[in-house]
Amino acid sequence: MRWEETVVEEATADKEDTSAPETVVQSSVPQPKDDFQEELVIRPLHSGDIYASFQFRTLWETDFMRGNKVSHYRLFPKSLGQVISKFSVRELHISFTQGYWRTMQWGQPFLPSPPGAELWVWFQDSVTDVDGTWKELTNVLSGIFCASLNFIDSTNTVQPSASFKPLGIGNVTDHRFLRYATLPREIVCTENLTPWKKLLPCGSKAGLAVLLKSEKLFHSSFHSQAVHIRPVCQDWQCKTTSWELRQTLNVVFDLHTPGQGKLEWSLFKMFSRTLTEACPLASSSKIYIDITDDPQGEQFEVSPATHLLSQAMVLGDRRTFSVYDLTQQITFGTVRSLNLLIRWKSSEDMLRPLLHAERYVAGYGLQTGEIHTLMYNNHPYRSFPVLLLDSVPWYLRLYIHTLTVTSKGKDNKPSYIHYQPSKDRVRPHLLEMLVQLPPNSVTEVTVQFERALLKWTEYTPDPNHGFYVGSSVISSLVPSIVAMDTNSTREQPLFSSFFPCKEESSYFMRVYTEPLLVNLPTPDFSMPYNVICLTCTVVAVGYGSLYNLLTRSFQIEEPSPGLAKRIANIIRKMRGVPPL
Amino acid sequence: FLGEQCCTMKILTLLSLLATHLSASSVNIEENAGQFFSSGHTNNWAVLVCTSRFWFNYRHVANTLSVYRSVKRLGIPDSHIVLMLADDMACNHRNPKPATVFSHKNMELNVYGDDVEVDYRGYEVTVENFLRVLTGRLPPSTPRSKRLLSDDRSNILIYLTGHGGNGFLKFQDSEEISNVELADAFEQMWQKRRYNELLFIIDTCQGASMYERFYSPNLMALASSQVGEDSLSHQPDLAIGVHLMDRYTFYLLEFLEDIHPSSKANMNDLFKVCPKSQCVSTPGHRTDLFLRDPGSALITDFFGSVRKVEITMETINLTEPIQQVDGSVSDGSSVVPPGVHR
Repeated sequence: MRWEETVVEEATADKEDTSAPETVVQSSVPQPKDDFQEELVIRPLHSGDIYASFQFRTLWETDFMRGNKVSHYRLFPKSLGQVISKFSVRELHISFTQGYWRTMQWGQPFLPSPPGAELWVWFQDSVTDVDGTWKELTNVLSGIFCASLNFIDSTNTVQPSASFKPLGIGNVTDHRFLRYATLPREIVCTENLTPWKKLLPCGSKAGLAVLLKSEKLFHSSFHSQAVHIRPVCQDWQCKTTSWELRQTLNVVFDLHTPGQGKLEWSLFKMFSRTLTEACPLASSSKIYIDITDDPQGEQFEVSPATHLLSQAMVLGDRRTFSVYDLTQQITFGTVRSLNLLIRWKSSEDMLRPLLHAERYVAGYGLQTGEIHTLMYNNHPYRSFPVLLLDSVPWYLRLYIHTLTVTSKGKDNKPSYIHYQPSKDRVRPHLLEMLVQLPPNSVTEVTVQFERALLKWTEYTPDPNHGFYVGSSVISSLVPSIVAMDTNSTREQPLFSSFFPCKEESSYFMRVYTEPLLVNLPTPDFSMPYNVICLTCTVVAVGYGSLYNLLTRSFQIEEPSPGLAKRIANIIRKMRGVPPL
Repeated sequence: FLGEQCCTMKILTLLSLLATHLSASSVNIEENAGQFFSSGHTNNWAVLVCTSRFWFNYRHVANTLSVYRSVKRLGIPDSHIVLMLADDMACNHRNPKPATVFSHKNMELNVYGDDVEVDYRGYEVTVENFLRVLTGRLPPSTPRSKRLLSDDRSNILIYLTGHGGNGFLKFQDSEEISNVELADAFEQMWQKRRYNELLFIIDTCQGASMYERFYSPNLMALASSQVGEDSLSHQPDLAIGVHLMDRYTFYLLEFLEDIHPSSKANMNDLFKVCPKSQCVSTPGHRTDLFLRDPGSALITDFFGSVRKVEITMETINLTEPIQQVDGSVSDGSSVVPPGVHR
């Protein structure tokens, strides 16, 4: 809750007013430097699924880069604060995702993320050994989030030159201080959610975080949790800066999983919990429900009803939301608990998203192949440029001379190409291209590759599963239908204020493709045992028989006589007669 | 005269009674203090390892998680537990109930829970990492949650499960650890004073072969089967499609569910868990390297983290070493008989 300076006008002349000693002095309580907001946005999707996006933001006016260390932490988690100051981090973005975001069925997410784990960090320009700091940072983060981030090393780290510009303020744009890595194989489960929840000021005990129960969250089509740290301006003149920590969790619940099939969702059905209070440390705690598709309430029904409406520009589209303010006691009603119920009828097809991408591997056999990346521009008459970032591991040897970019059957030359070839076991391929997508077209990027044979110690314990290639990243400024508000520091819902907006007529969008699963030529690891058995058998049977045949000699031997004959022989010996 | 003498006699007897009473109670506080320090450990650690990968080895992950659950319930915090799971069963796409791992059929008990922290997972569970955790030789940038920061007053519980054979344990279908390597690792731990007492439990086929090479002091070992025998699994669940637990750990979990932090059950009760009629294999144990009598070692000495707190109004002098109740002193220093101090 925001504090305000309380100014009390002292009673001027009434000295007999001694009954109630209200000694509220003119307090000079300073404005707190940290602030916490939480929000939940629920958007029903056209396919019947429902998309819930949690955002928790902590703003703190402090300077981690100062000489004297920050020691008093209140809302900002201490583990992340120490990471920032120890490793001189300017921006940190880490996400853990299970599932793939289906753009054509679900539209655009508020915050996109690729399957697996993704980490990109901008370091301060005071760092001298960026690679060493990066390695230590990944190890520390693997301990904080219980993930195998220590597998990030030089073989899967790249330095993109144009794709991942800083999202916070700052004037360092030398990409030597940027590192980007993905782990497409990384599994996300409760052990990643537990430390993520512990970073929140209220933990999972109060506020919106009580809804985060792992049994429901992981029984979904898509689950993504992320942590974003960046410095932001406090006001439009940018006189003071503060550090912003955003923790986001996006989840898409499948229509058919609970077995019902009706287009009816409630908080209890999604999360198996209802809300009883807001987080006491939060200055704002709100739930937004997207009712743009039906503002009159004919096809849509939300209960309990609310009169608070809000309009916001999100992803180039003006949308209307019903707002529930959890800091007001009236929201919870007489039952002291809030269980939102959303019912709607399926409507016409949704608008096709403007930018969409796919990727797949073509070819046959275990020697060569071809990677195809398809980018769809669904705008009817505007063309716009996109920046494609591809990071391919060294064991798929790309032949860059076979790179082709075609749109509508014709060659489409990229205006900017940055290519860094791979080095075996040291670094991966990095390909960044700026491609202009013509309106209403499909652009196809193809490149041929050859699969390498790894050393036998480099195979994972389950090599027949295949090897992953991380998602391609497509970043672009997409033209928007409606003019956007570029004043980014005004009070706005969190979901619409993440990406900075500089132009009125376009907005920033990032799309991730699928990761690829590629089989490398894999030896049969049971062969050493088989070979030993076979060889020993051949040697024993073949050589042994031959040796016996050549060296064995046969002697005739009389069988031993029976008992009667033996007694007779003894008697004969005594008589001196030759035996039988 | 008689009156005065009587009075002084009475006063003298009273004084002598008071003196004996006081000295007796101070002897009691000395005994209490002796009992207080009798086990010799001040903190507890646990290293729980599941070494098998692939969906059909679901039961090994369930084994490890049920021991994790018991150990956490009895008081050892996550910061003192190193949990290594070689594969992810809870969020595996074959799991019909995501984010759960069950130990009883009909899905009665979810041992995965909502508050689990796995320190080593997936490909990180290797023989090298396991030995590095035990001996403490880790790269400098390893985070604290992945380290075994034990000292010479730590009691450590080590639990291993997976597929094994005579003298080896298989890690993730690609490498093995032998009983000689394990014994040498424990000797390294002893030389570097990384444990006070160590309880080693192994639930694999022919598990007794893994402890037959131990030679360091203060080790107690339990195994689910003897050399030449296989450890069997307990029960399949038709909804999940795989076997849920191994027999030995199933009955161990049942036994541990009855233990609470103030329980006085000792190791002899633990040796009786899962007789041949229930387990089909013959569990074995080894106590010859353990310096105390197993009957005096409580279950909570290893499975729980019990903080002994006793409130007393007496003062006690701790400048001299306290004589332990059973007469043994754990760190080899000379025993000084306690005087009656105030």
